[in-house]
Amino acid sequence: MADALLEARDVAKHFGGVKALRDVSLTIRRGEIYGLIGPNGAGKTTFFNCMTGLYVPDGGGFIFDGAPLLADAPHQAAERGIARTFQNIRLFANMTALENVMVGRHVRTKAGVLGAMLQNTATKAEEAAIQQRAVDLLHYVRIEDRADDLAKNLSYGDQRRLEIARALATEPKLLCLDEPAAGMNGTETAELRELIDGIRRDGTTILLIEHDVKLVMGLCDRVAVLDYGALVIEDVPAVVQKDQRVIEAYLGA
Amino acid sequence: MKQWLNPRSTLGITLIVVALVALPFVAAMGGQAWVRILNFAILYVFLALGLNIVVGFAGLLDLGYIAFYAVGAYVYALLASPHFGLHWPFWVILPIGAMVACFFGVLLGSPTLKLRGDYLAIVTLGFGEIIRIFLNNLNAPINVTNGAQGITMIDPVAIGGLKFSGTTQIFGFSLSGPQKYYYLLVALAILVIIINLRLQNSRIGRAWQAIREDEIAAKAVGINTRNIKLLAFAMGASFGGIAGGIFSAMQGFVSPESFSLTESIMILAMVVLGGMGHIPGVILGAVLLSILPEALRYGVGPIQMALFGKMLVDPESVRMLIFGLALVLVMRFKPAGLWPSPERKRELQGDA
Repeated sequence: MADALLEARDVAKHFGGVKALRDVSLTIRRGEIYGLIGPNGAGKTTFFNCMTGLYVPDGGGFIFDGAPLLADAPHQAAERGIARTFQNIRLFANMTALENVMVGRHVRTKAGVLGAMLQNTATKAEEAAIQQRAVDLLHYVRIEDRADDLAKNLSYGDQRRLEIARALATEPKLLCLDEPAAGMNGTETAELRELIDGIRRDGTTILLIEHDVKLVMGLCDRVAVLDYGALVIEDVPAVVQKDQRVIEAYLGA
Repeated sequence: MKQWLNPRSTLGITLIVVALVALPFVAAMGGQAWVRILNFAILYVFLALGLNIVVGFAGLLDLGYIAFYAVGAYVYALLASPHFGLHWPFWVILPIGAMVACFFGVLLGSPTLKLRGDYLAIVTLGFGEIIRIFLNNLNAPINVTNGAQGITMIDPVAIGGLKFSGTTQIFGFSLSGPQKYYYLLVALAILVIIINLRLQNSRIGRAWQAIREDEIAAKAVGINTRNIKLLAFAMGASFGGIAGGIFSAMQGFVSPESFSLTESIMILAMVVLGGMGHIPGVILGAVLLSILPEALRYGVGPIQMALFGKMLVDPESVRMLIFGLALVLVMRFKPAGLWPSPERKRELQGDA
């Protein structure tokens, strides 16, 4: 497939006797919003962790943007252009919102110890650019007025937004959101949906893990369903919704 | 309101400079011993700032920090003493000492990268002891460190014809050895402080902080946590190495005894008590904790004489008692340290 951004090939992962992922293969195309759903414990987050290098898959692998992804190298996944958020938000709690986003620029900047010590023109210019970009991103997710607050003092919804801003700071080609709407009320979910749609329009492919089926079906171009670590179906929402196996997986057979 | 007291104003800077220049002369009124105490306080500022990079910035608990001080001290001792017959100038040896210490920092860092907290503390503690034991026993089959006797007659620092030992007359002023070292130390301390401030507010400094806050999230945004942690160990160790070199030159004598675990703990106490991760706090902690025991040494006796007319308790035993009590009280009532960073203060004041 010419427009594939990420291809998972027979990805397997087990924890002791539990098979968390059974040879999952799927393809995410450039520019789409791709939904990954499934009941609790179906292996969605495990899939995420394998892809972003936090887990080493026991079998199979990933082709990202034309080249294989190295296992066990999370920082390289970020460098290649995969950014993620976490199901249970993981911000740098005692840094300000602005600093959190500035850390996100780390992988796209290069000032080292020597530059920091000497404060040469290049380092100063880079630092100013980092700050400007971080401010812009806070604007983008609309929490610019919280820039100087510690991350942990932000409201739940704002923390989710900040995590997305931090992920966007790494200039990802693929943005992976792990249950971004968890714990949000109707209004917040609607705003989030708008934000995700906007990010896609600005050219970033999105992989979305979500429990909120309504959100996924409304937002995603294509959806994959995992159950007991195996891929059940991968198709457009209209087809997935009517699939008997999906209904069974969700309602319990 | 108190604009004129602002340390960034011209007057503020002038006052600080005048105070720093005058200090050794004021201290000398109480005897040269006080100037030496002052010098050691600055040396501890070096060490505390170096350890602060590892513990305060990157959040890696290091209980063997004194080992790098020892490495720096011995590098200087070996390259500028009759022991090997080498007498290299200090500006050559100090960078070498920093580099050797840096190498040992990486050596300690690399096997401990996956460890955190208590586990890391145990490993670093062991490392510190290993270095000390090596220094103690590397006198056979080849005599490298001269064992427990240590190395004597180490060259003092010399710039051009100006030797830092003994008294010199400059512009009609009589400058003692310790006073000269004081000015050298202050100059280096200013440099070290500037480097630390710049590192903290840099891309690298933020990466250290991010690792301290959440290592997994730091990895996920593309920080190579392995390299950045090693960098923290290496930087911290280099500062320790430089401090060690100056210690060697100043004392003219080194032995393994100076690099005990107690010293590591003392430096850690300076960092924690001053305000972990906050440079002004760490400086304050280092100055206080290095001067307080000495002040007590000279103060406890006379105070007893004045109050009770006789010596009730041996000053030597009561001084460490008071010192320990002071540490307990500070940690009880100011858990974030005497001068914590604004963020850290907020962190400890309630909320979720």
